[in-house]
Amino acid sequence: MTPLEVVTPTAASGLFGLAWLLIALPLAGALVLLLAGRFADAWGHLLGTLMPIGSFVLGVVLFVDLLGREEGARAVGVPLYRFIETGGWRIDAGLLVDQLSILFVLLITGVGSLIHVYSIGYMAYDPRRRRFFAYLNLFVAAMLILVLADNYLVLFVGWEGVGLASYLLIGFWQHKPTAATAAKKAFVVNRVGDMGMVLAIMLMLATFGSSAFVDVDAGAGEMGGTVATVMGLLLLLGACGKSAQVPLQSWLLDAMEGPTPVSALIHAATMVTAGVYLVVRANAVFTHTEVASTAVVVVGTVTLLFGAWIGCAKDDIKKVLAGSTMSQIGYMLLAAGIGPAGYAFAIFHLLTHGFFKANMFLGAGSVMHAMDDDVEMRRYGALRRALPITFATFGLGYLAIIGFPFLSGYYSKDHIIEAAFEHNVVVGVLAMVGAGVTAFYMTRLMLMTFLGRRRWAEGVHPHEAPAVMTVPLVVLAAASVVGGLVLNNWIEGWLAPAVRAEAHEASLLHFTPVAAVTLLLVAGGVALAWVLFGRRGVPQTAPSTRSPFVLAGRRDLYGDAFNEAVFMRPGQQLVRVLGRADETLVGGGWSATGDVLAGLSQVGRRLQNGFVRSYALTMVAGVGMVAVVLVLGRLA
Amino acid sequence: MSGQELAFWLLAPVMVLGAVGMVLARKAVHSALCLAAVMICLAIQYAALDAPFLFAVQIIVYTGAILMLFLFVVMLVGVDSDDSFVETLRGQRVFAVVLGIGLVVLLVAGLGNAVVTGPVGLTEANAQYGGNVQGLAALVFVRWVWAFEATSALLITAAVGAMVLTHRERLVPRRDQRTRAAERIRAYAETGRHPGPMPTPGVFARHNAVDTPALLPDGSVAEDSVSAPLRSRSRIRTPEELLAPMAQRHAEIAGDRQPDPAVGHQRDPRPGESVAEQGAALKASQRTQRTRGEDLSDEERI
Amino acid sequence: MEPSYYLVLSAMLFTIGAVGFMVRRNAIVAFMCVELMLNACNLALVTFSHAWGLLDGQVASFFVMVVAAAEVVVGLAIIVSIYRTRRSASVDDANLLKF
Repeated sequence: MTPLEVVTPTAASGLFGLAWLLIALPLAGALVLLLAGRFADAWGHLLGTLMPIGSFVLGVVLFVDLLGREEGARAVGVPLYRFIETGGWRIDAGLLVDQLSILFVLLITGVGSLIHVYSIGYMAYDPRRRRFFAYLNLFVAAMLILVLADNYLVLFVGWEGVGLASYLLIGFWQHKPTAATAAKKAFVVNRVGDMGMVLAIMLMLATFGSSAFVDVDAGAGEMGGTVATVMGLLLLLGACGKSAQVPLQSWLLDAMEGPTPVSALIHAATMVTAGVYLVVRANAVFTHTEVASTAVVVVGTVTLLFGAWIGCAKDDIKKVLAGSTMSQIGYMLLAAGIGPAGYAFAIFHLLTHGFFKANMFLGAGSVMHAMDDDVEMRRYGALRRALPITFATFGLGYLAIIGFPFLSGYYSKDHIIEAAFEHNVVVGVLAMVGAGVTAFYMTRLMLMTFLGRRRWAEGVHPHEAPAVMTVPLVVLAAASVVGGLVLNNWIEGWLAPAVRAEAHEASLLHFTPVAAVTLLLVAGGVALAWVLFGRRGVPQTAPSTRSPFVLAGRRDLYGDAFNEAVFMRPGQQLVRVLGRADETLVGGGWSATGDVLAGLSQVGRRLQNGFVRSYALTMVAGVGMVAVVLVLGRLA
Repeated sequence: MSGQELAFWLLAPVMVLGAVGMVLARKAVHSALCLAAVMICLAIQYAALDAPFLFAVQIIVYTGAILMLFLFVVMLVGVDSDDSFVETLRGQRVFAVVLGIGLVVLLVAGLGNAVVTGPVGLTEANAQYGGNVQGLAALVFVRWVWAFEATSALLITAAVGAMVLTHRERLVPRRDQRTRAAERIRAYAETGRHPGPMPTPGVFARHNAVDTPALLPDGSVAEDSVSAPLRSRSRIRTPEELLAPMAQRHAEIAGDRQPDPAVGHQRDPRPGESVAEQGAALKASQRTQRTRGEDLSDEERI
Repeated sequence: MEPSYYLVLSAMLFTIGAVGFMVRRNAIVAFMCVELMLNACNLALVTFSHAWGLLDGQVASFFVMVVAAAEVVVGLAIIVSIYRTRRSASVDDANLLKF
């Protein structure tokens, strides 16, 4: 195998020396908000919103600077400090601003800022709003560490940071037992993935003696095939945990217990895409292992269908969107698994998905806001009049996700499907079917929410959200519409050096048979949904059914049941047996010893009778014994 | 027989007897006096062992200061009563004696073997600095100066500690003579208690000591006429004892019958007067007076 | 004269003191017994000093006296304050600190 070209970052100069501010600003915001306490209640949300906006401005400036550079100088390394120095290990913490990470910076800070603004309105009546913004800032900082790190170990710091922020935010309404449980579940499932990450990083350190991107890229050519496969599979495990891919998908649906802006920012636009980022970033490893790459493709494809299936069966608007998120990330992972041909498409879809999914989640938040926090779509209906702005923006996001021509999803998803066909026909067909299913369940969502009859609960009076919430919706809707057009011709060329791919010639009017069939499938999905839900109307309660497909979908395809049967129950049984063994054998032995000693003490304590003269007697007896021993010792 | 031997054999039995007496004496005062005897003998032993400085210190510090302190405290707390010699802890005395015998055997066996050669004597050591006191000074102020300084801290601490331990906060305002006088008069007004002094001790031909109680007109004892500590130790002479000689004289004068102590203290009732009535009235007045001894407030007791 | 005689005397005094402490209930007498034991030790120290021809024994004896003085002051103060609160100078009455 030919060694890959290693991109050596150029030294930071000028504004790039300030790249650390990208992370420091939101981090400082989080610290101030958390430490200032109630003192910051009045202005905390404003400060919390300003921080990511500041990072966004700085990110734009850096992006423009990169645009002006020649291709070879677009990867800038910003060394910060020595992270770990122990024995022979020296690990430096530094930032890497290159074509890939700057796009992520813009997505995170851009979408993040919009969601911060939105949250000002959404959380207006929450007494703990300041804390919410502190956590959001913490999340933005951790996510930026994740994407800006120049080293897998530093990346892992951000990886865990976003996990923490995700945990805190899912369980933000901790007074609800469901939220607390969901947070714990997300945390535990993520630990499984993190284990993979940790092992992968250890393997890197053992193999390359370093975990820096540069060293891993340089050494990747020389490592053995087995090592590469193991490393790739471990990284994939990490990616699965963070991106909610099969088999670690179960936490994402429950994570919808968090406030909706959290779902939009963390569980749609940014954090869950970290797995895709990881696979793309570790392209040097995956290039050298056919097995791991194939595994990525399989995982992506399975999750793509899995999420779509769940999306079809759910009546909870946020859970439908969550299933859709899983499905779309499956597309991205599929693209990333294809190899150099797919990296740019994965990132492209990631960006456009960030726009339209954030848009739709915020729209769902707006709907919930209007419907007194009800998430049950069967009690929606006919909201297009009550919520015109939300309807319009949501509709644009809907058109984008199903791949309506010339909107962003059309370009990004079509690229992936085409690449999948070039890679393997079966995968291509499945991806194409996924697109049709996507159209079906998203249409179902639209019909149940905004069209049809009103099925509102008693006393609900929908009203449009305030401007502070609708403006971000409008901005994101605009991005969903134009994102594809703007990025399509440019992104592949831009990312090519960073992901070592060769840019194809892309065209806005590119049209292939695959695209045509996909469009047909999408149209079929929309029509089917219309037939089933538009024309017939929607009952207010979920109809009972015997269809195994529907039942399985409603129960998350038995993901929880599987985990429960395979991991939880045997684990509990094991723990129970061990616990009993500990109680009876170990504990029993020790408590028996203790009981015996306690019994002896009960007898012995009678010596402690409070009479000083008795003590004196005992002392003299002791002195006598010592004297006897001494005398005997002399005689002996 | 040298002077040293003479001193030892004269004083050692005295010391042992004194020590045993200290342990066995029923009264703390006697114990203290026995201990004083032991200590003075010990001082002389020190002198015989070429330790003139310790001889002086033993007498001044131990016998003079410490034992006086003991006597002082005995006076404060312990003179009221004898110690009961009934042992309350089961087997304590037997075990104590057995252990004591064992201990002395072991100590004698151990110490007897400690010094095998004859005594070197301190003549040389004392001569080195020109005398025993100078030699001790050289050791105390040079070699053991830190220990010496530490003992000064110890003594200061002990002095402060003793003051803290025995200090009492005054909880009620002090009652001066004026308020007491007012209280007495008030008590007289309210309960009829006699405001004047308590009766003086009795004076008889044979006795005028403070433990001699005054007799009331009916021949019984006025208990208030003797001090409370004596009362509490039941050291009051009884009317029988006081009146016995007089009764005897009466009998001798009468010549024709034996004296009867049981009736000796009883005066013949005057005509028209009931003995019982008279006695009851007097007893009542005694009762009211007796309570006066209890009006001393707590802080004035010790 | 042989030091042993003094040592035996010292041992006897010490034992009498120890037995006295175990037997007597009056706190003041018990305290006197302790003093007697200290004095017995002093006698042994002075005897050893004389036997070996070194003054250190007398210095030790001197320090014992100083410590005994401090101890008597504090101990008697404790006895007095206990007597004031409990109206008793018996060591058996102060027996609350027990099992």
